[in-house]
Amino acid sequence: MRLITHNMLQCHAKGCDPSQSYPLELKEVQLESLDAEYSEDFIRRLIPKLDWNVLVHTAFALGVAELPKELPDVQDEAFLRKVHQVALETRVKEAQMVCNGCGHVYPIKDGVPNMLLQDNEV
Amino acid sequence: MLNMHPTPTLSHLKPADYQHVYEPAEDTFLFLDALEADVNFIISRSPVVSLEIGCGTGIITTFLQTLLTSHGIPLLSLTTDINPQACKATAATALSNRTSVDAIRTDLAFPLFPRMENGIDILLFNPPYVVTESEEVGSTGIEAAWAGGKDGREVVDRVLRLIPRMLSKNGIFYLVTIRENKPQEIMEYMSTTYNLRSDVVLSRKAGTEGLSILKFYYPA
Ligand SMILES: C[S@@+](CC[C@H](N)C(=O)[O-])C[C@H]1O[C@@H](n2cnc3c(N)ncnc32)[C@H](O)[C@@H]1O
Ligand SMILES: [Zn+2]
Repeated sequence: MRLITHNMLQCHAKGCDPSQSYPLELKEVQLESLDAEYSEDFIRRLIPKLDWNVLVHTAFALGVAELPKELPDVQDEAFLRKVHQVALETRVKEAQMVCNGCGHVYPIKDGVPNMLLQDNEV
Repeated sequence: MLNMHPTPTLSHLKPADYQHVYEPAEDTFLFLDALEADVNFIISRSPVVSLEIGCGTGIITTFLQTLLTSHGIPLLSLTTDINPQACKATAATALSNRTSVDAIRTDLAFPLFPRMENGIDILLFNPPYVVTESEEVGSTGIEAAWAGGKDGREVVDRVLRLIPRMLSKNGIFYLVTIRENKPQEIMEYMSTTYNLRSDVVLSRKAGTEGLSILKFYYPA
């Protein structure tokens, strides 16, 4: 799973505080990187779909890259390539995703997050 | 219609895998044909994010991704399945076909919302559509591939109600139906309830199944 997908996942357990259910905290992380074709136009259109603060924080916490705290007004190629590398080329192979709202742990195994809840949790 | 765009390779999957994961069949291949037939419409809507619910082997999303790439259009492809083996198969299919697809194990697509509210540009669903007893619905194994409960609509109807939360303004939702699912009724419901326009992209009779691929989108 790419980091961009982590940027889009949230806890949906019953009773979980919606103000705390996103982002999920990554723990015990094993990363891998995989080349993806760069497209400037695509990255530009993807950026508005990102939660920028979460991407910045996650990339920093995992030691992947240091991104500007604020989205720059002028987005040059070096910047766009960095976003590409962080969001699309960095993959989480193994991890535990922990919800800070309810403590639920969602494991990632072989790159696949298991977000399935038991019937009594939804 | 003949498929001109190459069908993704599934050579990494073995016969034994299909005891756990839905093996692509007529419904799957009609879906591929429909996407190819509709590619100009898809491109005209400028998609960025696609989501497939119930990805099985991942063949449909992988096909869409390579089809659009051949037109110079990148896509962020997400998929879900309630069956863990299907998620695993999808990740492997994407890799074998040198594309990037992320697979999430979940019921429908709940962990993506509300974060991705109205953020899905292409939504794909080949649901469990076979008419069965309601008790058969809700497995996380291979039965989940077909068991659709009453009118084969029990899983479909849960997804229909989520469409207004998932689909973007310029989004398109593609859905497989068989005659028993009452596709006409679905189209009317989507129109009157959500103001979604619909077309039958392709229909085909496969054995006793009257298959159709429907698409839904907001009028311009
Ligand atoms: C007819 S198969 C289609 C598989 C593949 N997309 C294809 O066309 O070959 C339906 C798929 O939906 C999955 N599914 C059934 N119920 C689901 C649910 N509630 N949430 C997510 N996936 C589900 C099944 O596990 C199965 O993989
Ligand atoms: Zn939670």
